[in-house]
Amino acid sequence: MSSSAPSPSRTRTEPAPVRWALIITALLFLGLFLFVPLAAVFAQAFEKGWDAYLAAIREPDALAAVKLTLITAAISVPVNLIFGVVAAWAIAKFEFRGKQLLITLIDLPFSVSPVISGLIYVLLFGLQGWLGPWLQAHDIKIIFAVPGIVLATVFVTFPFVARELIPLMEAQGKDEEEAAITLGASGFQTFWRVTIPNIKWGLLYGVILCNARAMGEFGAVSVVSGHIRGSTNTIPLHVEILYNEYNYVAAFAVASLLALLALVTLVVKSFVEWRMRELS
Amino acid sequence: MKTLRTIATLAAAVLALATPLAAQSEVNLLNVSYDPTRELYQDYNAAFAKYWKGKGGDTVTVKQSHGGSGKQARAVIDGLDADVVTLALAYDIDEIADKAKLIPANWQKRLPHNSSPYTSTIVFLVRKGNPKKVRDWNDLVRPDVKVITPNPKTSGGARWNYLAAWGYALKQKGGSEAKAKEFVTKLFRNVPILDSGARGSTTTFVQRGQGDVLLAWENEAFLAVNELGKDKFEIVVPSVSILAEPPVTVVDKVVDRKGTRKVAEEYLKYLYTPAGQEIAAKHYYRPIDKKVAAKYAKAFPKVKLFTIDDTFGGWKAAQKKHFADGGVFDQIYGPGK
Repeated sequence: MSSSAPSPSRTRTEPAPVRWALIITALLFLGLFLFVPLAAVFAQAFEKGWDAYLAAIREPDALAAVKLTLITAAISVPVNLIFGVVAAWAIAKFEFRGKQLLITLIDLPFSVSPVISGLIYVLLFGLQGWLGPWLQAHDIKIIFAVPGIVLATVFVTFPFVARELIPLMEAQGKDEEEAAITLGASGFQTFWRVTIPNIKWGLLYGVILCNARAMGEFGAVSVVSGHIRGSTNTIPLHVEILYNEYNYVAAFAVASLLALLALVTLVVKSFVEWRMRELS
Repeated sequence: MKTLRTIATLAAAVLALATPLAAQSEVNLLNVSYDPTRELYQDYNAAFAKYWKGKGGDTVTVKQSHGGSGKQARAVIDGLDADVVTLALAYDIDEIADKAKLIPANWQKRLPHNSSPYTSTIVFLVRKGNPKKVRDWNDLVRPDVKVITPNPKTSGGARWNYLAAWGYALKQKGGSEAKAKEFVTKLFRNVPILDSGARGSTTTFVQRGQGDVLLAWENEAFLAVNELGKDKFEIVVPSVSILAEPPVTVVDKVVDRKGTRKVAEEYLKYLYTPAGQEIAAKHYYRPIDKKVAAKYAKAFPKVKLFTIDDTFGGWKAAQKKHFADGGVFDQIYGPGK
């Protein structure tokens, strides 16, 4: 479907009924587990009409949750963007001892449960933790405040950009950079004029995934949030609170914001994937 | 370079947004509470703000955090800056005194009535028409009845539920500790899901339709019936139950650091005034003020209540025996039991 040129050499071995059965199974599965729940979110959100929906979203606690979520993403995504590029650059273009270890460490947040990711910050910065008493003596708040939420989010989302870039940069090799250096470009010029243009679509793809996770993270953030209404609740936490207050319309209205975000992400992601294919 | 500068500007803008608007003559209190008090304190906070302003005080904004009582105590121990805690049971506040030394050990003597401005008890919520004919505690151990209750490890309400069942079995003719343990073991075999807080269990029972009977705070049961339809659920009051005293206290180390002691203390004292007691009664908490109690007497079913002190020797003893690691609850509820 994706290849524009016909490929006569590849003969289809499966008979048509098998093909159709596979396609229908996949579609049914998607319908049941993706489209129906997604539709349910919007159906519930609009159950009492447009006014109730707007009221739920404009409510000050909901706005505070949206603001906190945006702040969290606005800090953690750039941080991970820089970290991801640096890490991928180091791993793909240089040979050094402990490289394998670094790659494994980058993957760590994928394999650790989000609850544990949150708890490590409680253990570090909590009042009973290693740094807690010192922080309190200096009136610095980390957990149960915005910095803790940002830290937990950064931790959970940091593999996304690096993981996207490492295979891409490894595949491209370092010939072009070496050529640029030979021709007299400085290190920074090489990076900015040669490397970045080569990886920009992969980079964007990583950023999109990173952003989606940063806004949607529940587990790790829930542990460090303290759940203070109107100040340390992100959108996912606020949805849970509303749901627990029997306020289903508001819960699903706010949830629909996240769902919309996911849909936008999906569209942008498809576009980026298409561009990447075009370019390669 | 331009991109870098854009990122820097963005980060700066974000940081500016993140810094709260300071320098207003406004006092912020944080009330860390347990699960079912959301509606109560939403009302109460507004009433107190009005009262305090009327007395010439500052504008008070009380923020709320809710969750399972044990979990909330843990958060305060870990540094959640609660000016006041209003939890489900005294033991959770004892933990804050013991583990974090944020309050003195004698905190419960500081306010009247064991620092519990309202009381409650444990009742059953069943589906309309009571299809499984649940009348009393002994119906909960029938093999055909599914019981919903939260996890006693994290939820205060769940601990009251558990102890109420234990106390019932103990007080039957020929009742003994061994019989009580057997009874509660059987009861928990009928529990398919343990949520972490009382509100989670209510949602499991009410919204997701799990189970035949929900063991609930009386206030939570009333709320579920009145919010979600009298045509769907009804309350069953057992023959005996436990007198639940959810206590409150100021968190000394926090209020002294933040300079909010005076208003935090007033906030809790106002709970004991007729106005505060009325709000509690309206949200189905049993008021301790005699006049207000008389006024709302009809709202609360009469039920024989035993206390934690005379049946279990107080919260410390009950917690150690039943809910500590390796305690009775761990022995009776576990994988494969």
